[in-house]
Amino acid sequence: MTLMRVRVFTRFERFWHWSQAALILALIFTGAGLHGFHRVLKFGDMLTIHVAAALALMLLWIFAIFWHLTTGQWRHYRPTTEGLGQIIRFYSIGIFRGAPHPFRKTWRRKHNPLQALTYLMLKLVLNPLIWVSGLTLLLYDLWRKEPWAAGGLETVATVHTAAAFLMVAFLIMHVYVITTGETVGEQIETMVTGYDRMEIDPAEAEVLKRDGALG
Amino acid sequence: MSPVILLRRLLIPALLLFIPAVVPAVAQVPPKGPYVPGQVGSKPPGGTADHGKFEALKQDFKSGPEVTKACLGCHTEASHQVMKTLHWNWDYTNQRTGQRLGKKNVINDFCASVTSNEPRCTSCHAGYGWKDATFDFRKPENVDCLICHDRSATYWKNPTGAGHPLYTPIMRDGQVVTPAPDLGKAAQSVGLPGRENCGACHFYGGGGDGVKHGSLDSSLLAPGKQLDVHMDAKGLNFACTACHVTQKHQWDGSRYDVHARDDKGQPKPGQRRDVATCESCHGLKPHKSWSVTDLRLNAHVDKIACQTCHVPSFARGGVPTKMRWDWSTSGRLRDGKPFQIRDDKGRPIYESIKGDYLLAENVTPEYHWFNGEIIYANAERVFDPAKAPIPINPISGSPDDPKARIWPFKVMTGKQPYDSVQNHFVYLHVFGPTDAAYWRGFNWDKSISAGMAAMGLPWSGKFDFIETKMFWPQTHMVAPKEQAVKCGECHRTDGRLATLAGFYMPGRDSARWVDLIGLSLIGLALAGAVGHATMRLLFGRRKETHS
Repeated sequence: MTLMRVRVFTRFERFWHWSQAALILALIFTGAGLHGFHRVLKFGDMLTIHVAAALALMLLWIFAIFWHLTTGQWRHYRPTTEGLGQIIRFYSIGIFRGAPHPFRKTWRRKHNPLQALTYLMLKLVLNPLIWVSGLTLLLYDLWRKEPWAAGGLETVATVHTAAAFLMVAFLIMHVYVITTGETVGEQIETMVTGYDRMEIDPAEAEVLKRDGALG
Repeated sequence: MSPVILLRRLLIPALLLFIPAVVPAVAQVPPKGPYVPGQVGSKPPGGTADHGKFEALKQDFKSGPEVTKACLGCHTEASHQVMKTLHWNWDYTNQRTGQRLGKKNVINDFCASVTSNEPRCTSCHAGYGWKDATFDFRKPENVDCLICHDRSATYWKNPTGAGHPLYTPIMRDGQVVTPAPDLGKAAQSVGLPGRENCGACHFYGGGGDGVKHGSLDSSLLAPGKQLDVHMDAKGLNFACTACHVTQKHQWDGSRYDVHARDDKGQPKPGQRRDVATCESCHGLKPHKSWSVTDLRLNAHVDKIACQTCHVPSFARGGVPTKMRWDWSTSGRLRDGKPFQIRDDKGRPIYESIKGDYLLAENVTPEYHWFNGEIIYANAERVFDPAKAPIPINPISGSPDDPKARIWPFKVMTGKQPYDSVQNHFVYLHVFGPTDAAYWRGFNWDKSISAGMAAMGLPWSGKFDFIETKMFWPQTHMVAPKEQAVKCGECHRTDGRLATLAGFYMPGRDSARWVDLIGLSLIGLALAGAVGHATMRLLFGRRKETHS
């Protein structure tokens, strides 16, 4: 096992991450406006941006899901309790004592157990909640004539808002945790360049070398 | 027959020729200039007859009915058609509620009622001679063709003449101050009605220019595009009949039974034409682009009347409308004589005969759910005075009502007499030749007694003043689309629809507890991050390498 510079995030993954980040920021900003928290832009313009960004994000998700399934990358998100306690202990105690991060990134396992669990929840619970409630709102025209439409609108809008709050809370924690790497900017750099340092065994190194994934 | 009616029947014909001592702001005014040519009505302009060439019209007409007889010589069915309309009967039974409405029956918060005030109010009747209850509604020559069809800009009705024009000029010191219309000239000029014809009455309702409706006043005679995109004299130049399409002198568009929603939309050739709704021309998906906002606006059509966004404010043409009329302060006299107080623009804001007014221009409407049904608080309807202000014409509709949409209203408030024992509104006798008329005698007991007697209704004899409000749906003065109400003017907590309860609206409403929990969560996340980071800094960054 040797520490090597390995391309962990492919070009698509990085594109996916950063365009998703931009779209979600735009959605949070315009969503907050539509919700009545600010009036930086005109209501109609904020609605237009919100809907356009939501459609773009959905398209992106469709591509991302396809990518995860076809490349097998979805395996990174398989949940495990193995080592979860250690990670939690590190972030609540060890990090203040200068203890090393207990997780060793490998080519087969990019995310630590806590990270994997968080992303899994994001992808399986929060994203679908926003997606389904948002689409239901977007397609209001299809059900606005139903007798339950008025109450339904309020319920769906409330679910959408609640999910948005959770997303903002996630984003804050996500951005913060990113700064806890070796250096403050290290992990962001990885998401920009795609390369990270990790333990690689010789057999893996062969394959990675063939695929041009070694730095 | 009550003595009051008997008295009036004997006295009024004799006194009709005398102009009363107090003539309020005139409802009918002589035309001030030539009529706007080329207005687009219900049919394309142009015809096959020149009325100036008809021998039957080249007469020295002595009266209105003589002109009508000449008209009927060719237009044999015209009077019979008019006689079936609200313009003639002023009597209407609402099919939805069964209530008897029409000018003859309703009470409002202006001069309250027509009956007993006929020679004055009926100067806007499409007929000649409705001076009291004896008027013959079946006589074809009593129909006034000219008030709607004169295009010479010379015909007008005497404000106190029970529908007749002046037949002799008004002279003062041997000089003609007001000439009488030339009936022959008017008869030879006839054509399809223009805004001037409809406006002669509808712009002056309530006793003066713009007083009553809010979005109907003389500024619409030759408006610019900013004031009304359809009537724009240099643009579309619509006559009223372009939308209020007539068929046998009948047309759509009555406040007694309003088309608050139209689910049929734009008719194909051969389908209904006699509908005045916006949808009947613009269709059910009026916003044409594929932008997000246009698609959304087309969904709004379900719950929002077109007027709600497209009539952003009323009384926009420089003519104020009356927003409040307080009768309780009327009757003050100076040296025994009635007087007026005017504002800095010279407009009356107090008149002894009427009380205090509040005038306003560029007024933002009030918004209410409205399904088109209006009930009038006529004398047969008892109300609870503790619930003042009493709506004179309560409107129906709610968010759950599939027939209702949000409509813009001028809400006119008032303070007017009511029967304080039986708790209902009363009919007022304000205009007339005797002291029973309030404008002459300034005595409410006599005025109410005469008004109620003319309706054949009892009253307790005791009155008081009560706060009222009246709803006037706004539908004219359609602004250019750039000036339509913007999304954010309603989708906000302090917007135009702030007080309209009972439904969820994005941007205005939210589940407060979700906001509270959500914001707390965000606060916690931020505090957690800051706290964690601070601890990291405090305990030093003693990093060990992974390897």
